[in-house]
Amino acid sequence: MIGNLAVVLFDGVAFGMLLFVLAVGLSVTLGLMNFVNLAHGAFAMLGGYVTVMITRELGLPFLWSLPAAFIVAAVVSVAFERTLFRRLYGAGELNQVLFTIGLVFVSAATAAYFFGTGQQPIQMPSFLQGATEIGGLRFGSYRIFLIIIALVITGLLVAGLEYTRFGAQVRAAVDNQRAAKGLGIDVDTIFAITFALGSGLAGLGGALAIEIVGLDPSFGFHYLVYVLIIVAVGGLGSIRGSFVAALVLGICDVGGKYFVPEIGAFLIYLLLIAILFVRPQGLFGKR
Amino acid sequence: MGVGETVLETSAISKKFGSLEVARDVSIALPRGARHALIGPNGAGKTTLINLITGQIKPDSGRIALEGMDITGLPVAARVRRGLTRTFQINTLFPDLTPIEAVTLAVCEREEISSQFWRPLTAQTAAIDEAFGILKQLRLADVATQTTRHLAYGQQRLLEIALALATRPKVLLLDEPAAGVPKDESAMLFNVISALPEDMTILFIEHDMSIVFRFATQIIVLVSGGVLVEAPPDEVRNDERVREVYLGHSHAH
Amino acid sequence: MSDSTVPASNPPSGPPSNPHDWLRRQRRWSWYEIGFWVLAFVPFFFFPTYLTLASSIAITALFALSVDLVLGYAGIITLGHAMFFGLGAYSAGLITKAGWGEPLTGLLMAGAFAAFIGFLSSFIIVRVQHLALLMITLGLGFLTEELANTMSWLTGGTDGLQGVDVWPVFNTFEFDLWGYTAYSYALAVLFIGLLVARRIVHSSFGLSLRGVRENLTRMPAIGSPYRRHLQIVYTISAGMAGIAGALLTHTTETVSLDSLSFQRSADVVVMLILGGTGRLYGAILGAVIFMVARDQLADMNPQYWYFWIGLLLMAVVLFMPNGILGGLARLVKGRG
Repeated sequence: MIGNLAVVLFDGVAFGMLLFVLAVGLSVTLGLMNFVNLAHGAFAMLGGYVTVMITRELGLPFLWSLPAAFIVAAVVSVAFERTLFRRLYGAGELNQVLFTIGLVFVSAATAAYFFGTGQQPIQMPSFLQGATEIGGLRFGSYRIFLIIIALVITGLLVAGLEYTRFGAQVRAAVDNQRAAKGLGIDVDTIFAITFALGSGLAGLGGALAIEIVGLDPSFGFHYLVYVLIIVAVGGLGSIRGSFVAALVLGICDVGGKYFVPEIGAFLIYLLLIAILFVRPQGLFGKR
Repeated sequence: MGVGETVLETSAISKKFGSLEVARDVSIALPRGARHALIGPNGAGKTTLINLITGQIKPDSGRIALEGMDITGLPVAARVRRGLTRTFQINTLFPDLTPIEAVTLAVCEREEISSQFWRPLTAQTAAIDEAFGILKQLRLADVATQTTRHLAYGQQRLLEIALALATRPKVLLLDEPAAGVPKDESAMLFNVISALPEDMTILFIEHDMSIVFRFATQIIVLVSGGVLVEAPPDEVRNDERVREVYLGHSHAH
Repeated sequence: MSDSTVPASNPPSGPPSNPHDWLRRQRRWSWYEIGFWVLAFVPFFFFPTYLTLASSIAITALFALSVDLVLGYAGIITLGHAMFFGLGAYSAGLITKAGWGEPLTGLLMAGAFAAFIGFLSSFIIVRVQHLALLMITLGLGFLTEELANTMSWLTGGTDGLQGVDVWPVFNTFEFDLWGYTAYSYALAVLFIGLLVARRIVHSSFGLSLRGVRENLTRMPAIGSPYRRHLQIVYTISAGMAGIAGALLTHTTETVSLDSLSFQRSADVVVMLILGGTGRLYGAILGAVIFMVARDQLADMNPQYWYFWIGLLLMAVVLFMPNGILGGLARLVKGRG
């Protein structure tokens, strides 16, 4: 029973870490520019399909595809941002939501057209397959890999934000955009770079997700809801918030499905509503 | 002009944002029919004080009383219903409503008939007539049916005041009513203000000293969140400390 | 405060138009409105094979109307309004299963139940904004869907509610296979719904809602208890959505989980953007366009539907942010 609990907890943490990688980019860009980018889910999906293409068509190993997923998602997202999204910065939440949802629709249909609607199988390198034994319990090797990668990314993000000049500028711009501009910070470029990084992480998340939850054209929608929950509950612009919220959501989701499958999802939504009612700005958000 | 009853009173209002003190122990008392001006250098905390008095921000300490009744804990709308209204320095209007609609809205809210979703607006003739009367009072009758976003800036500033008047305020706080309005129009604006009922208590923030000295019967000088001086115009004009604050300020630039 | 020396019927001198007249003109029925309702009878005579589609369009239009009240007029962005549609649908079905199959009273009871739930949720809704509000409406919608799925002993779960038996309307009009009764019924209820919405929108209450949408900060500054207003409109809207759901139950004699689905909530918001928010008829037009397009493209691969509707959505937001009706209105007026 304790063994079960440990494995469920472990799976929950792994899922949470995956969700964190998927969500953190949206939290930062929402906090930075207040642009509701629901197409974030589409960029994640893009990263997934890039990985599929690279491993299947080009025959390259899975690990090589990860940076590719990141880069492609980052580049494509910035292209959209520079051409289309910026026209909507003052357009109001509803318009932003609907425009980006339209983009998700289009990308889902495009993915279905090129790849079909089925799940995409993918080949893992052997050292990531199967399970590793620790302390008498068997833990999935891929999940261990996932947790490590996510922690490394978290470390890089936090360090980058705390200790680099760019990070300081991002923090300033999140805190008070007008004042930051007044200090001569090029908020425009900051945003483009942050947007690219955030979407790139989404793409990376999409690539990492294939082995855990699979990939099909509805990925953009399905995981968008998870991401939005994390961003709202964690608080806009807060990496710490996204981390905590993702962890809690991951554990509750996996734990719920395992222990109380009938009402698991119901409880999650109830918790979401309760938290947002008491703290609308999220656990670690301001304003 | 003489010693009248105190209509609005603040007692030792203080507020800090982090380590920034935006209000320091501010105690002012407005008698009925006052025409007080609130002046001070930029960043002195004048708008913040109005926000504190109207309830938009909560003070850290101190009391606010309207006609003797403690209103410190009341939300903004409750204070408005008791007769304390303000205008905004930056136009806070309804862009797609027409002036007649906007002022009628304010009148209906005051009369608490806004929940009557089954009655056509056109049936609320008394409210519409009153709204139109206010617009006439503020020389806005001609543009009553023009969308607010298409009004001239000066007219929009007048609409700001019209909305406030529709609440039948006992105390009216005007935050830079002539902000951004060209000189010739601002004189007209203040003529409108001076034509307001004598028993209405008015406190206005203003930067233009000629207007202040023309219309105010008492001046409160606010510096760094605290009251430096409160006195009739002539005394303030000659006060050394006030000179220093303004001249010293311009030296710094 | 009117000038007592001037008789009320004389317009005051100076201003180009008497405010009373101008306000009266705002709520007059335009020729386009009348034209629309005349056209609504066309399916009876010229497209009798499409009557079932027509009645589902009418039902969706009523649902869209209810969302326009909260989204277009009060500015509450909701992605979970299908919960009220579904609650109305299920309660209508359960009422017939309990033995009372009379449609009109069933409609009112289902609407009342949905309105009640709307009233309860309004306490939360009016206290949050922006992303938190969006997520809460989303969460409430998903919550209701989960609940319906889990309580399959009551709702039939994924199989849906079986054995819904609706009595004839006014005890004479049976629900025929062609759909004459269904469409008449749905169209009549839609018309009544529109009349109600029209009344609300052109009242002082409607003016308050527009005030909330136009500038929320100013509302408390004029002493408005705007939260109470929002609760009222949210409750009415929930009731209207519930009635639309009940209509679906009555005309199809089934209820399924997709009456509560997120898909339905999202589709209706898409319809509002297409047609134009805050115009009532924009909601109806959006529903017509969306449903007709989907019906025509349904034969095609469903993926194509998503592609084109996504593209249309992006185009409308970029180039016609006031929706198609807004764009048309500008054309008709000659200038913006």
